[in-house]
Amino acid sequence: MAKSPSLFGATFRRDLLLAFRHKGEMINPLVFFLIAISLIPLGIGPEKALLMRIAPGILWVMALLATLLSLDNLFRSDFDDGTLEQLLISPHPLYLSVLAKVLAYWLATGLPLTLLSPLLGGMLSLPSGAFIALCSSLLIGSAAMSLIGAVGAALTVGLRKGGLLISLIVMPLYVPILIFGASAVTEAARGNPFDVQLAVLGAILAIALLLAPLATAGALRVSVNG
Amino acid sequence: MTSAPVLLELHNLACERDERILFSQLNTRFYAGQAVQVLGPNGSGKTTLLRILAGVSREYQGEILFKGELINKVNWEFASELLYLGHLPGVKKSLTPLENLRWYAALQGAVSDAQLLAALEQVNLAGYEDTPCFQLSAGQSRRVALARLEFSKASIWILDEPFTALDKAGIAKLENRLIAHASAGGLVLVTSHQDIRFPQLQTLDLQDFAENSTVGENAHG
Repeated sequence: MAKSPSLFGATFRRDLLLAFRHKGEMINPLVFFLIAISLIPLGIGPEKALLMRIAPGILWVMALLATLLSLDNLFRSDFDDGTLEQLLISPHPLYLSVLAKVLAYWLATGLPLTLLSPLLGGMLSLPSGAFIALCSSLLIGSAAMSLIGAVGAALTVGLRKGGLLISLIVMPLYVPILIFGASAVTEAARGNPFDVQLAVLGAILAIALLLAPLATAGALRVSVNG
Repeated sequence: MTSAPVLLELHNLACERDERILFSQLNTRFYAGQAVQVLGPNGSGKTTLLRILAGVSREYQGEILFKGELINKVNWEFASELLYLGHLPGVKKSLTPLENLRWYAALQGAVSDAQLLAALEQVNLAGYEDTPCFQLSAGQSRRVALARLEFSKASIWILDEPFTALDKAGIAKLENRLIAHASAGGLVLVTSHQDIRFPQLQTLDLQDFAENSTVGENAHG
């Protein structure tokens, strides 16, 4: 990638700029995350021991749902205005362009979610010793979820109403991430080491990084064809 | 013109959509320096043909050769020689014309902002470079997409209905641009429902290659 303004960089910059122009879409998942988590203590009462016990699971499930909420937008506007076609027929590798799009998407959704999570953890009386586990597991986990979610978004972008279908396609693939992510936070809250769970999440991210953009690229070709 | 190199060659190209054959036995050659208008009524497969030639769609039978080589073997070379402007203009509404063009500039390698501004001026959009595209009219958005022609290094231009929403002056200007590209040794493939006329323009009528609706005739017989 010696060419001065590479398509990777241009697509990345453009998508960040777009995310910035559409602040509403960017903030939506965050607001959902915030509201859902702050409703939990109201619903089940302020019992500290109980909240502490369910906090890791709740935080992770809500983060996962918040990610799903915004997934449909990933390729939708590109598909609607024709820039997706242009991306497909460009001489540059689609793998890198997809990676650039997912990276920008993750920076606009996954990263803010991660940064917000300690605050909400505090709301659920998660011990502060688990904050590092929460942030690091969400950081890795949300990146993997963005990559895997991109496959679902690419598969359904040609359909008028793909929203529910994405969840069905992607949800089973999110299960391992959820299990290991929540488990890392639970162990950390008990004062145990959580590096095994993080290692597994890292492995999932590595595999997703390698394979998901390939699958996404293929799925995009199919969707645009149809 | 006979000595001009063949850029694209179609061998027995056929395409089927929803069990209906749009065209078949399409054999033709496109030379450098040609401007070809693809003709046919609505639904005859003009857009489909252009999408196939541009590589957006790969659902076809037959062969497409680019400079004598099968197109899927020389994908990279072909893609770098191609400018495709589809039905959808490929303009992001919330970006400004300049930001839109910057992305396209990155598709083909280094193009300076000065060149992009000059391109916008060519399509009469000077002064609009910082206006978000959703504030522009339909014709102006179209011009943003057409500004790509001004700094393109591609030799093959595939344009699907580029004249839509343009005013008379815009149409004349685009026609001249197409003529200039063809006479500079490029190839222009274009569809249009507007009357475009210039002496160099050749035509390819898809109806000549339409299956004589076999289903309907069998029903009669």
